[in-house]
Amino acid sequence: MKNQEEKVKRLPKNEKKKEFLGLKLSSRLMELLAKLQEVELEDFEMDVGNLEIWIQPGAVAAPMVAQPKVAPPVKVKPTEIIETEFIPPVETYPGKVVEVKLGATRSDGGTRGKPVIVGGETTPAFYTFERPTPHPPVIALDVFDMKVPLPKAVKMHVRDVLEDPAAWAKLAVEKFGADLITLHLISIDPLLKDASPQEAVKTVENVVQAMDVPLVIGGCGDPKKDADMFEAVAETFAGERFLISSITRDMDVERCAKFVNKNGHVALSFTPMDLNLARELNRKLYDFLPKKDIVMDLTTAALGYGLDYAFTNMERARLAALMGDPELAHPMSSGTTNAWAAREAWMKMGSEWEPRELRGPLWEVTTALTLLLAGVDLFMMMHPAAVKTLKDMINQLASGSSGNADALAEWVSMKV
Amino acid sequence: MSEREGKRKVGIRELSPIDVYKLLPRTNCKECGEENCMAFATKVVNREVPIEKCPPLLKKEHEKAYKQLKEMLKPAVKEVVVGVGDRAVKIGGKLVMYRHEFTYFNPTAVAIDVTDEMSEEDVLDRIKRTGQFSFEYIGQTLKLDMIAVRSTSNDPEKFRTTVKRVAENTNLPLILCSLNPTVLEAGLMAAPKSKPLLYAATKDNWKEMAELALMYDCSLTVLAPNNLKLLRSLTKTLLEYGVEDLVLDPGTFSGDGLGDTLNNFTMIRRAACKGGDELLGFPTIGVPMVAWMERGEAPEEVAKWREAYLAAMLVVRFADVIIMHSCDGWTLLPNVVLRQNIYTDPRKPVAVEPGLRVFGTVDENSPVMMTTNFALTYYTVASDIESGKVSGYLIVVDTEGIAVDSAVAGRKLTAETAAEAMKESGVESKVKHRKLIIPGKAARLSGEIEELSGWQVLVGPRDSSDIPKFLQEKWQSKT
Repeated sequence: MKNQEEKVKRLPKNEKKKEFLGLKLSSRLMELLAKLQEVELEDFEMDVGNLEIWIQPGAVAAPMVAQPKVAPPVKVKPTEIIETEFIPPVETYPGKVVEVKLGATRSDGGTRGKPVIVGGETTPAFYTFERPTPHPPVIALDVFDMKVPLPKAVKMHVRDVLEDPAAWAKLAVEKFGADLITLHLISIDPLLKDASPQEAVKTVENVVQAMDVPLVIGGCGDPKKDADMFEAVAETFAGERFLISSITRDMDVERCAKFVNKNGHVALSFTPMDLNLARELNRKLYDFLPKKDIVMDLTTAALGYGLDYAFTNMERARLAALMGDPELAHPMSSGTTNAWAAREAWMKMGSEWEPRELRGPLWEVTTALTLLLAGVDLFMMMHPAAVKTLKDMINQLASGSSGNADALAEWVSMKV
Repeated sequence: MSEREGKRKVGIRELSPIDVYKLLPRTNCKECGEENCMAFATKVVNREVPIEKCPPLLKKEHEKAYKQLKEMLKPAVKEVVVGVGDRAVKIGGKLVMYRHEFTYFNPTAVAIDVTDEMSEEDVLDRIKRTGQFSFEYIGQTLKLDMIAVRSTSNDPEKFRTTVKRVAENTNLPLILCSLNPTVLEAGLMAAPKSKPLLYAATKDNWKEMAELALMYDCSLTVLAPNNLKLLRSLTKTLLEYGVEDLVLDPGTFSGDGLGDTLNNFTMIRRAACKGGDELLGFPTIGVPMVAWMERGEAPEEVAKWREAYLAAMLVVRFADVIIMHSCDGWTLLPNVVLRQNIYTDPRKPVAVEPGLRVFGTVDENSPVMMTTNFALTYYTVASDIESGKVSGYLIVVDTEGIAVDSAVAGRKLTAETAAEAMKESGVESKVKHRKLIIPGKAARLSGEIEELSGWQVLVGPRDSSDIPKFLQEKWQSKT
């Protein structure tokens, strides 16, 4: 179960290269969504200009009608609306999620453009009627250090950079709006290329040079090899506040926590969907690391493949943190890319389920939004359209912008 | 949390079998099928049986206790039934705010809209697609639930004709949508006994709408756009008026204001479940199709995309009904699967279909592995096999949804069940070799399985993430 975020579904072989509607759509989806933003802005300006028209009372009033035919009997019916109060059910919580800073600027001993801060919540996810969101959740895009099989819908956006992690990272930041980059150093896997930690360091160096957002350093899933690589990277890039993804129970936790701490990085504490195991691993880390240097990953399962466990685990963890459980009061990270492990995300199905070029990223978005509402602070994701949508939603929810309530009933008679 | 109508109900977590037991006849008559009244009380508290399964309780002498029990077991969110017959839909009936506190009942009903200005062909096509929508998922058939008929013409005659056509061609429950009571009544007259959900009573039309709901004995939506004080006032007024089955709509914003929408749904559910507020203790309705209002010049895929993810957020954040316009498989599939996931009972292990699974490109020399049908175990193993780029067969044994170690300890995974599963899988005819790889946590069954099946058993890794490595080092089809 460990390091699931690195697991990517293989594509079926001998696939026909037939281009159908959906393919074109997916390649245009980013463009479409971008256009839509513009349309919204134009509309918004128009609304402001016409505001006085909207303020007229009774804009949605229904026409009066004849009295109903059947005489209604029994108790005395009200003739006016009976006014009641509504008091927002606001609660206060004894606990607070710790704030963790990822990435260090030059003045802080690193080279990143600006740091990313996650956590700090004092209320469940986007219960903004209680308190605002202190730090809107952020998105890290996946970059791999070697060619990996990717779902078609994803591959089409990164085809040209698949074998160049630095170019890939640059593209993810500049074009797809990544807040962070997750660099998956999977080539060190003894079952793959068995590359040396020094080779990994070189790759990190190239990526660090190519862009300036904070980095997440991903391993290959081999507990020994990962520890060796993490240590080499941690030492070479001391002070950068990389997120080391991840420290698991089967690793030498003490050794890892020590080199993370000594070199000024942040540990991602990864456990397989069990809050007790998460508490246990976090407790071990506390011996060597301050709480502000720990983010936790409780395991993300894809929509349809255990998302209910992931959702409830995270929701419970967050509520427990707010109720004062310090061992779960860490920002949560999610390997949302796991959504693509669901075959419904990438597989060719019957024509009634197509195009999969839209179904796939929607699968990722649905998984992401579900977990956003459970309290995830850091998403590791893949598809640019999924990333853009999640980002838009986060901005929308965090901004607290209000809509036009008078228009809310208009859908009833809307002509589509 | 000060002024609240009605008294606070006992939270589901606070209700113990003893509370129920005390009010039962306590004769241990076994008429309910349980061993004794205490066993029955436990099932009642777990919502596995309704109290009506106790025949003596329904007799005159226990009337008071029955009423008390009814009140005690009343969900925080009222259950409302829409429609008649086999496809009638129950909405609401929630006992808790968070699924881990107990479980959610009555999955969010998904409605697809038609209008009275669509062509007959379009209306019939959409009804047909809605009715026929079906997806097989972990042994369940996921379906759509309702048809929302909207009046875009505001013409009673057109609405009547459309509702008649819809009612004649589907047995799915209807939501009749118009803010004009005259139009709505025309629709009701076309399907007078179908018990649709009416949409919607507002501050301006509530009286007429209440009369219609009473006259046609149906449920009524209360719409108070982004105004929970008004929503609560209208609910109070309608209850006083005699309308008992209400559905709450605080409005759905798709762009600006979405935060308010989520807040409203959350506050309604919290007030009902944590505050015992009976005026907000009703099912909620969300309208993802509002995304189409902001479509502008964009292609329809953009509206579908936005509608789909809005639906997902509403399913997660407490909507009991959602109305959608897109009836495309790619927008609906993630949502019906999400709904299934969120509404799965977290108290019960989730199982997958037992049987033979094939990974990668297999041939007669491919390895044969075994695991249990606990969903999480299965999906973990499957994901590890796939990500390890391993080709092979996986026999999924029916352990009643229990993980390997517990299944071995609990005698659900035994040499007998394993051998039986091997036989039923038909894997014998698919491979030449006779070697079975069992989970490391089932190691102690290896001897017995060899005896019963005649196959050689290799004990695999304890964690499925080691399967690729294991196969690389240990697997050869020939001895």
